[in-house]
Amino acid sequence: MNEQFTLITGRTPEQGQGLHEGKDSEAYRRATALVEMNPEDMAHLGIEEGQVVRVRTVTGQVEVPVCAGTLPPGLLFIPMGPAANVLIGTETESTGMPPFKGLAAEVEPT
Amino acid sequence: MSPRMSAIRVIENVVCSFCGCLCDDIVVEVDDGRITRVRKVCANGRGLFTHYDPAPRRPTVDGREVAWEEAVAEAAQILDRADSPLIYGLSSTATEAQRKAVALADKLGAMIDTTSSVCHGPTSLAMQAVGEPTCTLGEVRNRADLLLFWGCNPAVSHIRHFARYSVTPKGTLTPKGRRDRTVVVVDVRPTASTRAADLFLQVQPGADFEVLATLRALLQGAEIEAETVGGVPTAQLQDLVERMRTCRFGVAFMGMGLTQSRGRDLNVSELFTLVAELNQYARFCVIPMRGHGNVAGADQVLTWQSGYPFAVSFARGYPRYGPGEFSTVDVLARGEADAALILASDPVAHFPSAAARQLEHIPTIVLDPMPTLTAQVARVVFPTACYGVDAAGTAYRMDGVPIRLRPVLPPARPTDVDVLERIIEAVTVGN
Repeated sequence: MNEQFTLITGRTPEQGQGLHEGKDSEAYRRATALVEMNPEDMAHLGIEEGQVVRVRTVTGQVEVPVCAGTLPPGLLFIPMGPAANVLIGTETESTGMPPFKGLAAEVEPT
Repeated sequence: MSPRMSAIRVIENVVCSFCGCLCDDIVVEVDDGRITRVRKVCANGRGLFTHYDPAPRRPTVDGREVAWEEAVAEAAQILDRADSPLIYGLSSTATEAQRKAVALADKLGAMIDTTSSVCHGPTSLAMQAVGEPTCTLGEVRNRADLLLFWGCNPAVSHIRHFARYSVTPKGTLTPKGRRDRTVVVVDVRPTASTRAADLFLQVQPGADFEVLATLRALLQGAEIEAETVGGVPTAQLQDLVERMRTCRFGVAFMGMGLTQSRGRDLNVSELFTLVAELNQYARFCVIPMRGHGNVAGADQVLTWQSGYPFAVSFARGYPRYGPGEFSTVDVLARGEADAALILASDPVAHFPSAAARQLEHIPTIVLDPMPTLTAQVARVVFPTACYGVDAAGTAYRMDGVPIRLRPVLPPARPTDVDVLERIIEAVTVGN
């Protein structure tokens, strides 16, 4: 196991419902400012549930709390929203679609 | 009955225009011009009815409330002055407004693009390459005995899809409902949807194309030596091929797991080709899980007006198609638009930051019923009516079926059509 991860972004129930309250609401911010990790990966890096970590891609970095998720080892998930947007580049490979899923990412405790 | 009670109006068979399911069985109670209760709606759609404030609001210019005429004049001036204007969004408004947006782009010589370019744009590319073996959700409900969900999570994003259209409803040839169907979900991680499946194939991130190519090879009788492909045991893939080949009516639903992962349109093309080839053995169709309520309509309107589904430029006086060239993330990232009109979408909330930031540097016009992050950085904001709540219009369901949106509240705000017509009249470029 290493500290290189693959990042995917996507919808969550909290994100989908939080956006109705306004994207500047606390509910939406809480719903989108987090990273899900595999529990074994968390243990390997000595990261506790709720601990703030730095997630970095070639495009940018964010500091968000960790939430244990049902992900395979090596995978990270961040809900679509402001935190994810910082990490995603604009290279669309002539399709119009940015790389919202499958980004190389690093995680380190803050 | 007291006068108070008689004021409550119960409206049945209301369409929820939040997502591409366009559920048309919603019950809305209206009391004194306000929505007081909504039944049958899912957790995602509920906010459309309960959080939308229909009170008329004045438009703003640089945050200052102004008369509608002044805001229209300011918007027209921004567009007239621009050398390379961009019109983007369209997916949460009615087809009638989408037509006006295309007319405005045509008059201005603007680029026009929809939220498809960051959801199912790659699917449109695949359809153009392969074709689209499709059917309606009514056929799915009444006929389908094998359901394949690939790279999508309807239990979260299209909450009533399973119950209304695909997994559990009892249909003409599926009288036992769930027991008459086999449900297969393919994803990179367990989700709420995989828990509802008979079979869950967990693929490695980015390996969808090779798994799909292997399914095509197995269907054609090839022997695969590898024990696993893309993280999935080959025996499990062989089992899936047999189920697909021998089913009566199969349907593949696909989502962002294919369009946003490495390979993008090539992933989708491979799935569409597999579905086309399966028709040698069984009836098999594919339906993209469309996100926004009328994003399918945006594809339809742009295609029937310009010949292309998204990423279109009218800069030369005739429509040109250019995913990667006229698609909005690319245009903004390269700084190629000098003004933007954002219709019924929120790119600042959902675009990569480098592209979203560009909207702060160019004059931006927003038409939206809801407060959005894009409206916060826009120069001109028109708070318009919400189609399906306080305005009538048309939307296309994810299977391409047009559905009429009826208002449940009396109209109090101008619609997107009203505002776009005024802007089209006011701009002088193209006259």
